[in-house]
Amino acid sequence: MIRTNILNSLRALFPEADTVVETPPPPTPEEESGEKKKAGKAAKPAPRVNGMLERDYTVHGYHIDAQVSPEQLLNAVTILDQQQFFLETITGVDWIDDQQLEAVYDFSHYGFEPCRVVIRVRIPRDNPKLPTISGIYQGANWHERETFEFFGIVFEGHPHLVPLLLPEDADYHPLLKDFKA
Amino acid sequence: MSKPIQLPSDETFVLNVGPQHPATHGVLRIKMRMDGEYVSEAETVIGYIHRMHEKMGELKTYQQFLMNLSRLDYLGALGYCHGHVLVVEKAGGIQVPERAEYIRVITVELNRIASHLFGVGSYIMDLGGFSPLMYMLQDREYILDMLEAVTGARLTYCYYRFGGLYNDIDDTFIARARAFIPRCRESLKKYHKLVTENIIFRKRLEGNAYLSQEICRKYGATSAVARGSGINYDVRKNEPYSVYPEFDFDVPVFTEGDSMARYKVKMAEIEQSLRIIEQGLDKLPGGPIMAEKAPKNIKLPVGDYYQAVEAAKGSFGIRLVSDGSKNPYRLKLRSPSYSNMSLFDEACRGLMIMDAMAFFGSLDLVVPEIDR
Repeated sequence: MIRTNILNSLRALFPEADTVVETPPPPTPEEESGEKKKAGKAAKPAPRVNGMLERDYTVHGYHIDAQVSPEQLLNAVTILDQQQFFLETITGVDWIDDQQLEAVYDFSHYGFEPCRVVIRVRIPRDNPKLPTISGIYQGANWHERETFEFFGIVFEGHPHLVPLLLPEDADYHPLLKDFKA
Repeated sequence: MSKPIQLPSDETFVLNVGPQHPATHGVLRIKMRMDGEYVSEAETVIGYIHRMHEKMGELKTYQQFLMNLSRLDYLGALGYCHGHVLVVEKAGGIQVPERAEYIRVITVELNRIASHLFGVGSYIMDLGGFSPLMYMLQDREYILDMLEAVTGARLTYCYYRFGGLYNDIDDTFIARARAFIPRCRESLKKYHKLVTENIIFRKRLEGNAYLSQEICRKYGATSAVARGSGINYDVRKNEPYSVYPEFDFDVPVFTEGDSMARYKVKMAEIEQSLRIIEQGLDKLPGGPIMAEKAPKNIKLPVGDYYQAVEAAKGSFGIRLVSDGSKNPYRLKLRSPSYSNMSLFDEACRGLMIMDAMAFFGSLDLVVPEIDR
């Protein structure tokens, strides 16, 4: 029930895009025959266009995966707030090959129907700026400070954007892939 | 005769709690602006024991990272290890023998009892009662000895492997676990008589630091903090994982929302964990403890994976991003104490300093887990 509600509400954010239901890929011949795959560097996941995916929970551990633009972020979070979701965590991923940073927002629900929602935003690596959601979820305050110090993502409108876990004068971002200690 | 001294009525002062303070159980600082004895503002400063486990996760292979998980919450480490092996097994499609999963649940629940006993005991010590901690440590020692014999460590376990366990439990362990259950039930009666019904303790905690369901949700609070405010949320029930659906246990929920309710939740959870251990020992299946096809070198399919488990301190989550190589591309640890702690700044406003410290203890924090 809650899953259908949230799917319908979030769908309003993407007028053209249809929701894609993920289907597991067919097993490759190597997997079927139980042979080991040849060692080699696998491809990095390609960036995808904004839109919504319904994920296979048994594989990925979450149900709904919505990639939004920075302008849509506050709308998406407001929808989740109205549906009584709670904020699990906020984090970042550095996609250095695409020159992009990704902010990932994990939401879950106190109800008995498991429903995990992931909101992602991709922003350029040289100018990483996002609006803060600490006005909607006060608990985002610390998570955003942590993402700021680890990745350098600036959350505009944040009341107190200073390093949280690193020293107060830290001017480096250790989780960036080009960080050298 | 001199005139009485007039003090300005709007005077406030800053009180610094920590970083080295007995009540903070670890290294943590709270800057408080005080209006007389009342807290008007508080700011928590964390990060004194930050070790950057998430970067280590990116630099180490999956196996090498196994031991890091027990360095987060050193009191209830097995729950965290469980989350880590579950997410890798889920992503890699590794099948775990049933016996191994049962032993995991039994050991996690034993560890949860040990963590709760220490958490509650040291909380009572913060409030001025010294002896309950000593009784509780006795029971906790019993568990730690038991776990040490089978895992090889007392606190920083590295017991679970991808696909199973490092070591099988033996008859001695089973006999000791069976003996522990009635022993702990007797002790719980003693604790309730000694502490829960103690009038000083009750007067101190009942009505102390009410938390609404709304503030719990906005800050993402879980564990006893949420369940003490009437939120029926336990990952073991709401999002069943492992073999928990096969166990019959209840989730204690209290609706008062005060520190007493948070204390009662933890005490009631010990009883439920005992029930789980009892059933686990009865149902314990035979068979191998390690999957036959457990891969030596783990490479996970490209994608991202999330796994939540109910650790002793609340809902612990791992978000794993894999690019198909032998190291994770990104490994995020969502620690429950972090979210529970973050609501302190808002919720302690207007409390008296002693009530604020009583509230602080009721959150059941372990600082290395907040700082990671």
